[in-house]
Amino acid sequence: MTEKHPFVDIRHAQKAYGDLEVLKDINLTVERGEIVAIIGPSGSGKSTLLRAINDLDPLSSGEVILDGTQVNKTLPHRQYEKHINQMRQHIGMVFQHFNLFPHLTVRENVTMAPKLLKGISAAEADKLAEEQLAHVGLLERIDYYPSQLSGGQKQRVAIARALAMKPKLMLFDEATSALDPELVEEVNLVMKKLAEEHMTMIIVTHEMDFAASVCDRVIFMDGGVVVEEGPPSVVFKNPTQDRTKEFLRKHLSQYAESAN
Amino acid sequence: MGLDFSVVPSYADALLLGVLWTVAITVTSAILSFFGGILFAVIALYGPWLIRLPFRFFAWLFMGTPLLLQLFLIYFGLVELGIDLPAFVAGVIGLGLHFAVYNSELIQTAILAVDKGQMEAARTLGLSRTQALMRVVIPQAVRDVIPPIGNNMIALLKDSALVSVIGVSELTLSAQLAIGRTYRPFEFYAAAAVLYYIINLGMEAVLRRIERRTQLSR
Ligand SMILES: Nc1ncnc2c1ncn2[C@@H]1O[C@H](COP(=O)(O)OP(=O)(O)OP(=O)(O)O)[C@@H](O)[C@H]1O
Ligand SMILES: [Mg+2]
Repeated sequence: MTEKHPFVDIRHAQKAYGDLEVLKDINLTVERGEIVAIIGPSGSGKSTLLRAINDLDPLSSGEVILDGTQVNKTLPHRQYEKHINQMRQHIGMVFQHFNLFPHLTVRENVTMAPKLLKGISAAEADKLAEEQLAHVGLLERIDYYPSQLSGGQKQRVAIARALAMKPKLMLFDEATSALDPELVEEVNLVMKKLAEEHMTMIIVTHEMDFAASVCDRVIFMDGGVVVEEGPPSVVFKNPTQDRTKEFLRKHLSQYAESAN
Repeated sequence: MGLDFSVVPSYADALLLGVLWTVAITVTSAILSFFGGILFAVIALYGPWLIRLPFRFFAWLFMGTPLLLQLFLIYFGLVELGIDLPAFVAGVIGLGLHFAVYNSELIQTAILAVDKGQMEAARTLGLSRTQALMRVVIPQAVRDVIPPIGNNMIALLKDSALVSVIGVSELTLSAQLAIGRTYRPFEFYAAAAVLYYIINLGMEAVLRRIERRTQLSR
């Protein structure tokens, strides 16, 4: 194939819970290495869209294509399970509430999936854990249990766990929303580092200053549609849509900080 | 005629042998009931209905009828079907399955109570549903039910006395045999009670250790 396709291509994404239309014909593309922020009011469908990308919440209709392969292919059940498990190995996801495995040590949290799914040896797994934990600055906590970590440390381990699968794409769903304010920065720093390494990232966030300083593009969603999108400098400074303006006005204090 | 405990020491060997059998049957049945409980819980929650329905009936049977009757059925009843089990094996199967059903009820509840985010995180990494259950959900569910399963295991120890009726010479039967010779029921039943109590203390110590071990992992 010579035709250039977007790295992530979401086409006509629709999702309804009963009568409630949560995503209304969303079209969105993300280039390789691009960092995209999704912002918008509560209930606008940000998480639903993010979770549709790895099919955690399947779309009602529409396509999600990653690097030329459709993620939500129509396949017989068994084949689909195999396919989606394969696809998910390429899509890292970080949750608001970390979802670390509490019964496993930090090391085991990071190595469980690679060991199980890629069949790497114990020695390789240890090396991988050390590498990934050094990357997020938590090497010295490698043999701790999650219960022995702060929220910020937990989220950094969750990021290391996702990165250990060497994903092509990282999804973040309000990765810092559950953290005490003083712990937000350490997680943001790790995400900035990833951005510098050109990881492709889609970041749902309420932190306008973070979106402005780290992301290449900002998507503003409201009521299940993309209302406005563009570089942060445009969306934040010169929004064209009334709904965007209103939303930004409410989040102005945070925005003002990043603007100066 | 007063009590005379001086007859007890001469039966010490027989009683200690009884203790060994009681410990053996309790530990073996406990292991069976633990792994059986996990298996039954998985079948009850995720099995195909063709397996689930007969299983529910079987679980109801084990919970709704006396353990003593179940032991008779396994030891004496199955002979008619050409299955002639040694008393110890019949006892282990009876006790093990009976308590497996109770453990299964606890584990089912615990599996359903594991945070949904755990399954999601595991699936997101690429694990299949089965892998996620085996590696993430079930271990946490089992960890969560260690204390109530421990209580079931103490109950199992006490109910192990029932296998004396199918002729396993465990502690209760050993005491009865000694009583048959000496006509000293109080002395030997009291001695057996003390021995059960000591085994019980040992089990509780082991359980507390296991609970402490899992403290960090929650
Ligand atoms: N499982 C579900 N069943 C029914 N409705 C749902 C379900 N999940 C989400 N919704 C609804 O879909 C809409 C969008 O939810 P979503 O979680 O995507 O919003 P969000 O933009 O992420 O909001 P927030 O900023 O609060 O996280 C909401 O109205 C929500 O109530
Ligand atoms: Mg959300």
